[in-house]
Amino acid sequence: MTLVHEPNIDQSLIPILEKVSDPEIPVLTVLDLGVIREAKLSDGLVEIKLTPTYSGCPAMDVIGDDLRKAFADEGMVAKIELVLAPAWSTDWISESGRNKMEAYGIAPPLSASADKEALLGKKKIVKCTLCGSTNTHVVSQFGSTACKALFKCDDCLEPFDYFKCLK
Amino acid sequence: MENQALYKYILGIADNSLILGQRLGELCGHGPSLETDIALTNISLDLIGQTRSYYQYAAKFLGENKTEDDVAFLRLENEYLNVLLVEQPNTHFGYVMARQYLFDVFHLMLMEELQHSKDITLAAIARKGIKEVSYHKRFSGDWIKRLGDGTEESHAKMQEAINDLWRFTEELFQMTEDDRLVTGEGVGIDISKFKEAYYDEVTALLREATLTIPESKFFISGGKEGRHSEHMGYLLADLQYMQRTYPNMSW
Repeated sequence: MTLVHEPNIDQSLIPILEKVSDPEIPVLTVLDLGVIREAKLSDGLVEIKLTPTYSGCPAMDVIGDDLRKAFADEGMVAKIELVLAPAWSTDWISESGRNKMEAYGIAPPLSASADKEALLGKKKIVKCTLCGSTNTHVVSQFGSTACKALFKCDDCLEPFDYFKCLK
Repeated sequence: MENQALYKYILGIADNSLILGQRLGELCGHGPSLETDIALTNISLDLIGQTRSYYQYAAKFLGENKTEDDVAFLRLENEYLNVLLVEQPNTHFGYVMARQYLFDVFHLMLMEELQHSKDITLAAIARKGIKEVSYHKRFSGDWIKRLGDGTEESHAKMQEAINDLWRFTEELFQMTEDDRLVTGEGVGIDISKFKEAYYDEVTALLREATLTIPESKFFISGGKEGRHSEHMGYLLADLQYMQRTYPNMSW
């Protein structure tokens, strides 16, 4: 199953793509986030297929502009196409992306079933990004952006974001 | 226009999301608590995001360099094909949640079917939307239970909201001429077939919320044919203001 969803990216373009980050979570590059599904270079033209995290994610327009600019700086023209299928999943966030996210103060997504229990307040399993305790509770199922929910640690009292599982 | 029926079929789905998204957007900064305020605008954002995907597709049928903005902002009231339910005003939070839940249950059922449409664009939008809409339903359903099975006052207000909005539910399952045409081609969805499942699911939750199922057999419709309630004109005046005042403006 993962093979089907493996993005098709020209190795030579990776250093440039790594320079473009998510405007909302600047520690994550577009590669960490898994939103680049295809990036191919032919005759100086870079064709990129970008997929949105959520339908209404306002970061997508900014990411498109940032990609065009990053390639323009290297003397290349990038053509961005927004693709909806297959729909983005939090499984596409890279392992290093998950670690960077946690260090930045956003708890990375749990598995789909654990996610549901956490968001409905049935189980205390989301780990506080500050002290590591799982004695946390959901404050709001919706958070500062479409992809996050708001949690609070009951040990160190830190409020923090949790990146919701999307499958 | 080529594909007039498909164009109108897309609007019939997308306009529901736009108008409900607009209604929820009106509450930005006015939610009863910070968390609910954020939730309402997040749901609005999802719905408007879905609308953009539909309208970008629909704009292709208009040709002449038309864009999603033309579809969203420059139609007359009778050219919007949303159901009456979604244009009902934000009377109070319980009312907003009742309107949301009655729509979410339908919306999720529609998306689950539409993901198998022969039209790959509609199928892709639906497949993406399912993930978002199931989250909306979880939120609105929780609030129906919390308010219905809450205090005497919250129960009374939720019951009143359900009683008031019930008459708009049957329109969700009405099919227009265009709907039938597009469904015959394997692109559209025969929504009448999940009407029973809809009422089963809704009444089960209302009972759980200790609410009474309305018995009235009076139903009202017309939105899908472009005949809207008195609230629609005001909503559009707000929605279309910028494009009407400054034609062709963009961010």
